[in-house]
Amino acid sequence: MAEVEIKVENLVYAKPRLITDTVMHYCPGCSHGTVHKLIAEVIDEMGLEGKTIAVSPVGCSVFAYNYIDVDWIEAAHGRACAVATAVKRLHPQHMVFTYQGDGDLSAIGTAETIHAAARGENIVTVFINNAIYGMTGGQMSPTTLLGMKTATTPYGRDAGLNGFPYKVSDMLAHLDGVTYITRQSVHTPANVRKCKKAIRKAFENSLAGNGYSMVEVVATCSSGWKLTPVEANKWLEENLLSVYPLGDIKCSNLPK
Amino acid sequence: MADREVKLMKGNEVIAHAAVRCGCDGYFGYPITPQSEVMETLMELKPWETTGMVVLQAESEVSSINMVYGGAATGKKVMTSSSSPGVSLMSEGLSYLAACELPCLVVNCQRGGPGLGTIQPSQGDYFQACKGGGHGDYHLIVLAPASVQEMYDFVELGFDLAFKYRIPSMLLADGAIGQMMEKVVLSPQKPRRSDEQIVQECGSWAAHGKGGRKQRNIVTSLFMQPDELEEVNNHLQAKYRQIEAAEVRYEEFMCDDAEYVLVAFGLSARICSATVEMAREEGIKLGLLRPITLYPYPYEPLKKMAERGVKGFMSVELNTGQMIEDVRLAVEGQTPVAHYGRTGGIIFNPESVLEALKNNLLK
Ligand SMILES: Cc1ncc(C[n+]2csc(CCOP(=O)(O)OP(=O)(O)O)c2C)c(N)n1
Ligand code: SF4
Ligand SMILES: [Mg+2]
Repeated sequence: MAEVEIKVENLVYAKPRLITDTVMHYCPGCSHGTVHKLIAEVIDEMGLEGKTIAVSPVGCSVFAYNYIDVDWIEAAHGRACAVATAVKRLHPQHMVFTYQGDGDLSAIGTAETIHAAARGENIVTVFINNAIYGMTGGQMSPTTLLGMKTATTPYGRDAGLNGFPYKVSDMLAHLDGVTYITRQSVHTPANVRKCKKAIRKAFENSLAGNGYSMVEVVATCSSGWKLTPVEANKWLEENLLSVYPLGDIKCSNLPK
Repeated sequence: MADREVKLMKGNEVIAHAAVRCGCDGYFGYPITPQSEVMETLMELKPWETTGMVVLQAESEVSSINMVYGGAATGKKVMTSSSSPGVSLMSEGLSYLAACELPCLVVNCQRGGPGLGTIQPSQGDYFQACKGGGHGDYHLIVLAPASVQEMYDFVELGFDLAFKYRIPSMLLADGAIGQMMEKVVLSPQKPRRSDEQIVQECGSWAAHGKGGRKQRNIVTSLFMQPDELEEVNNHLQAKYRQIEAAEVRYEEFMCDDAEYVLVAFGLSARICSATVEMAREEGIKLGLLRPITLYPYPYEPLKKMAERGVKGFMSVELNTGQMIEDVRLAVEGQTPVAHYGRTGGIIFNPESVLEALKNNLLK
């Protein structure tokens, strides 16, 4: 393919400087890659490249460390917030964030997440809620909607059989140690811009030493949902957003 | 010596003092009997006001070991302590720590199991400490203190070995040594390493922020390419062989002319040394080999004893027979190997060890 030269005045978007050249393994239509780019831009714009320590989860984004050009620690499944707690306490001047899926954070890592949040650790969690276990082949997660078909709920999630989904962000918002909590999405360009602002705000909140911050991103998993990228965006809008509505849930300061 | 500080202290307390004094950066733990005094002592010492050491009570042992994982991944000198059921919860984390080659210290003040068992002392976690516990092919360096002084000394030794080989060290103690009070010589306070020192020492691998580095560091144990993971395993194994060649520590007591040899570590070894003296008075040529490192294990000295004609070994442990497997491996079937042990928190006395020796090997 011939290289097309784009004039500076026509350039509206470029690969963020801190996104590496490694080819992303994400499926077409997956939200993970979009959120990675936003994080990379925020780190770069805030001048945090040298002082960021990121913690990746077990889930489809386990390889997040291949894509964003900062120091990374790969945590065991669900343990990211415990790992980040120690990192931040031992490096109080650094920017420390975890990047976790709904299985990692709201199932196996519930305890680590709640307690890091309750203690008011000065860390940020980017929580990618695609209501499914993408990596292991599309099984039910705690945030899977009632009626939603997954590999382990082939007839649709049934409350009696599989229990109810829960709203992680709303639950965490009750904790004193949590000061900024917001739910975003990246399924339209306007939402992408809002989500980036939210990530920046969370990073600033954390650097200010204002306790725990979380940006939940209601995300697509086109493969797990067995939809095309366009259908996945539509399905997200029509189904997930009524259960997981977008917007800020808490903006506050730590109690005195 | 003017600055020689001698104190009367509990085994668990000295772990805390040793940690602060050797320049530890962070302790993360969850209360469990019989070792809760470790964290209690640290909280009383408030080292964050003096050396800057972080002390944090976690919500579980799953969390505390992952906090250790996080701290160690940045090159800091971090540790945790627990007792048997808590260490079971740490097994996942230990496997990750070993896989990522992260230096750290884990203290296990063993209590009786299986299950919730008892809060009384035990040596029932020998297999767990030395043969795995977590998944995959890995080892920890395992040190077995037999006195309060060794509880103190092995904290720094454990850290030194951990950093020398980039491997987690475990101090395998038991509830009795943790609770026992003895005289201990305290070492002078060492400063914690500066950030620059850590960068110099660990900058090639630790994820403490890219800073001035061109190359970022990634701490991970995920290797999806078969040949890549096998290479990692080969590298780990080569390191273990190096440790086995260089770091075996043990102590012999009256072994030179011994016809029979007791093999015991930690608390059991203390008891067995009295047994040896009793036996000698009766004219029985008994000796004691006390492994100080349980991994790497002193196979060679045991093998040499078998080769020079020792007539029998007895592995004396506060369990139903775990270390005996290593004694048997060492002597390769040349010599009979018996076991004597009690469980449930019952501690044998020197007389019952001698009686067991007579029943098992001298008949
Ligand atoms: C201890 C442990 N249990 C189970 C797994 C298998 N596992 C890997 S990823 C995953 C779920 C990931 O789902 P999620 O966090 O929602 O991430 P996604 O892939 O959807 O982004 C599971 C169960 C594991 N790696 N470790
Ligand atoms: S399986 Fe789902 S979450 Fe994973 S990469 Fe594909 S679309 Fe993304
Ligand atoms: Mg998911």
